Amino acid sequence: MAVDAQTIEKLAELARIAISEETIDEVSSRLGDVLQLVDQLQAVNTDGVEPMAHPLDEVQVLRKDAVTEPNRREAFLALAPQSEAGLYLVPKVID
Amino acid sequence: MHQLTIAEIIRGLRDKQFSSVELTSHYLERIQQLDSQFNSFITVTSEQALKEAATADARLAQGDAPALCGVPVAHKDIFCTNGVRTSCGSKMLDNFVPPYDATVIHNFQQAGAISLGKTNMDEFAMGSSNETSYYGAVKNPWDVERIPGGSSGGSAAAVAALLAPGATATDTGGSIRQPAAMTGTTGLKPTYGRVSRWGMIAFASSLDQGGPITRTAEDAALMLSIMASPDAKDSTCLDRPVQDYTAQLNDAIAGLKIGVPSEYFGEGLDSEVGARVQDALKEYEKLGAELVEISLPHSKLAVPAYYVIAPAEASANLSRFDGVRYGYRCENPADLRDLYMRSRGEGFGEEVKRRILVGSYALSAGYYDAYYNKAQQVRRLIKQDFVDAFDKVDVIMGPTAPNPAFKLGEKNADPVAMYLEDIYTIATNLAGLPGMSIPCGFAHGLPVGLQIIGNYLDEARMLNVAHQFQQASDWHQQTAPAAE
Repeated sequence: MAVDAQTIEKLAELARIAISEETIDEVSSRLGDVLQLVDQLQAVNTDGVEPMAHPLDEVQVLRKDAVTEPNRREAFLALAPQSEAGLYLVPKVID
Repeated sequence: MHQLTIAEIIRGLRDKQFSSVELTSHYLERIQQLDSQFNSFITVTSEQALKEAATADARLAQGDAPALCGVPVAHKDIFCTNGVRTSCGSKMLDNFVPPYDATVIHNFQQAGAISLGKTNMDEFAMGSSNETSYYGAVKNPWDVERIPGGSSGGSAAAVAALLAPGATATDTGGSIRQPAAMTGTTGLKPTYGRVSRWGMIAFASSLDQGGPITRTAEDAALMLSIMASPDAKDSTCLDRPVQDYTAQLNDAIAGLKIGVPSEYFGEGLDSEVGARVQDALKEYEKLGAELVEISLPHSKLAVPAYYVIAPAEASANLSRFDGVRYGYRCENPADLRDLYMRSRGEGFGEEVKRRILVGSYALSAGYYDAYYNKAQQVRRLIKQDFVDAFDKVDVIMGPTAPNPAFKLGEKNADPVAMYLEDIYTIATNLAGLPGMSIPCGFAHGLPVGLQIIGNYLDEARMLNVAHQFQQASDWHQQTAPAAE
């Protein structure tokens, strides 16, 4: 079961991952194999079964709305491929 | 010195049989001499390790040494280390030097442990063979033409090759237990939420869990006692007190009820692997345990459910790699869209891209109910199988993996065949239960792992059960010829 090229292109766009023309056939056939595997789930009767979000059914812990972390702007900006004047740089978005 | 277990190292350091500097230098020399065969480390932090060892020796001399003071360990390259490159096995993070430590790393530092370096792994922990690493495959010390398992293949190989007495690892679908089985080491995945995920690079957040790979259950208990902690920085980390995991190790196991699921001994299991697991079960009977046949009827659905949930969560988690804030950025992007598309297209490897695309599919408009929601429902059915079983038994046992280590390259062309290597380990992650793998013999000349699955937060009993087997057997003491 292969996934058609149009679907692969749509997924690549959703995931923002460039996929080259040469590899699209391979990606489509391998993706098809994985989808065929997971399609086994469709045969299972899950009527009335609550989807499981956490194994121990824990709920989100709340904390006080207080400042706990220092501002480490310089340390984080130093990791960026390109930054200037305390800001991340990307190609021009608006003309 | 490299034959010593962590428990023996702790005693040796306190009795002044050797210093931490001597021990650390010895391991660093071994890594330098031997690791080119195995490729188990991505980064070795010699200078920092020796500095930490000298500090540890001073503390040992003063008599105020914490639990693991002076003990060298290795860390999977998925745990963020302040000032030390943390790649997650990916080109995407080849240049990433975190400005902070993961909670697990912090806990080891507080315990006085020495970090030898960062171990190799499948890219973003996605793989069962350690072949998806940007830094090249890891080789199994038992046979360098074979895989060490994955994704924590570097940690497992380093421990099996006696390049570190213990290593941290992570397990999303079997990534601690399966490599432990392939390399004849002891690996433990705790209950979901027992070990903090803060600073542990996320793959599938509802499944990921850190744990140790060691040579003995006793050492796993010592390491888990340090790794496990409640953590306000990880809202999914359990706010429950941490047990002393060594306290119950020596308890007798007479009367222990061991559940043996018929589904774990069916089609697909290598007959020699199956025979070794049966031998181990007989050994448990000799120790006074009772075998109880059980059924986990939804077992077959674990792999399909996992390959919806894990990719879906991965596609969300890995959206943070945008080529803007940190990590890889493509050359000369034409515009912002091109920057995202090419940075991610060039920075991620094939398996990672495949899983992100599968995840995007499962979460896309019109498919959410059919895939993600359905998988989460099936997940509850799988959990309920275990809950029902634990009404009748104390632990569950079976094989860790269906086959011993396969040849490098053997399953690369077929992702689904690779996925099925985790058929016995994945259900435990979906249910959030703790699981272990311990060595129980050899099949085709290669190590075989016995899987022990415990009830929620029952790690101490699981370790007790593993330790008692290791008191009665010597499989865990066999070392790979290449490690000599």
